[in-house]
Amino acid sequence: MYEQPSWLHELWVAREALWAGFLTSVQCAGLAIVFGTVIGVFAGLILTYGKWWARLPFRAYVDLIRGTPVFVLVLACFYMAPALGWQIGAFQAGALGLTLFCGSHVAEIVRGALQAIPRGQLEAGKAIGLTFPQSLSYVLLPQALRQILPTWVNSSTEIVKASTLLSVIGVAELLLSTQQVIARNFMTLEFYLFAGFLFFVINYAIELLGRQIEKRVALP
Amino acid sequence: MTQTQTAPAAPALLSIEGLHKSYGPVEVLKGVDLKMNKGNVVTLIGSSGSGKTTLLRCVNLLEEFQGGHIRLEGQDIGYSDVSGKRVRHPEKLIARHRAMTGMAFQQFNLFPHLTALQNVTLGLLKVKKLPKDQAIALAEKWLDRVGLLERRNHFPGQLSGGQQQRVAIARAIAMNPSLMLFDEVTSALDPELVGEVLSVIKGLAEEGMTMLLVTHEMRFAYEVSDQIVFMNQGRIEEQGPPKALFEQPKSARLAEFLKNIRF
Repeated sequence: MYEQPSWLHELWVAREALWAGFLTSVQCAGLAIVFGTVIGVFAGLILTYGKWWARLPFRAYVDLIRGTPVFVLVLACFYMAPALGWQIGAFQAGALGLTLFCGSHVAEIVRGALQAIPRGQLEAGKAIGLTFPQSLSYVLLPQALRQILPTWVNSSTEIVKASTLLSVIGVAELLLSTQQVIARNFMTLEFYLFAGFLFFVINYAIELLGRQIEKRVALP
Repeated sequence: MTQTQTAPAAPALLSIEGLHKSYGPVEVLKGVDLKMNKGNVVTLIGSSGSGKTTLLRCVNLLEEFQGGHIRLEGQDIGYSDVSGKRVRHPEKLIARHRAMTGMAFQQFNLFPHLTALQNVTLGLLKVKKLPKDQAIALAEKWLDRVGLLERRNHFPGQLSGGQQQRVAIARAIAMNPSLMLFDEVTSALDPELVGEVLSVIKGLAEEGMTMLLVTHEMRFAYEVSDQIVFMNQGRIEEQGPPKALFEQPKSARLAEFLKNIRF
């Protein structure tokens, strides 16, 4: 007599695979967000204040990457890195693709925020004798980073969603792990829904975190 | 203000010679000469576009200039002649020279993410490298001086325009500059807030602060200045003590200008 397996039972069976997939998703998205933000802030600074010859490569980077689908980017990193003699695994290649993507977006929002700061702020910094790097650290960036926070949270959630594309190059992140579980138990709807729920949890956590930070640094 | 050593035949505190400044093909300063001694209060007046704000901003190099010299306490500002060639100073030296002047702006330009106290301490900590407790003590002294000690933990957004401008003045003056620049500091203020700012400036003038001002407040200029400089089309048209200048203008331009303003 065949017994209909319960979803909870199957979930229990698949728990380790799913947990590993969940962690992989968080890891690659997290790495991409952290390094992408660092790259993006730097690129944004250069794009705003750099000389034309310094801006040129960053402008090319930002325009090129932003004009390319993330999917293509991930595939490109996966296939091109080894072709260029750089032996990296699927996870590294995928994380690299996401990082480049994140960096290009952050670069543009940082540039926008810096350009929106009134000119008088830099002048006031100069007038009390701050050097440019000092003005940047104490006057301009604190204002720009506050400004980009909501957009940055949005970009971060985009990265988490884009991390599912790593399933195509064989990284067992949450989506691929889910697909593997479904291939075993055929509970398509249940497990896709569950995966969707987990992605929502990650992104909702990012949004909550963003809102907390916003509240903490908000100016009266 | 504390008296610094007065060398015999002390050179002018500020000396501007043959200052030329162009925005592209448009020449806005066409050879300006101006001297100020310690303790002088000099006010630049003139219609808009006459170059008075540009002149002020050249003194701390917020505007670059293409010809002439500006010397503050005997030091070249912005550019030096090195074997006949005009060389721009390195950024660090420019920053050091800028710290010798204080500036208050029309739009206050307080740092919106810092409290009133932090606005004043920033330069003391990062430029003067004072220890934190000294910086705070000094900042509080000056905030008290402009009547805003109890607002020290307020952010600029929580202060009125007049209060913001007073904090901005405290921020500049706490750096102990040898020259204060005031660029139309009351122009952006509601009429009822102008008085509180002017009285702060007046107090500083009476204490012997050397100041170069641009203002449209003619009565104030009359009362506070040793010298009034009337600028017209990028040149100094006429200068002299306020009484003489306002009551017996020599040039037709100045007479015309004075006729059109209210006291």
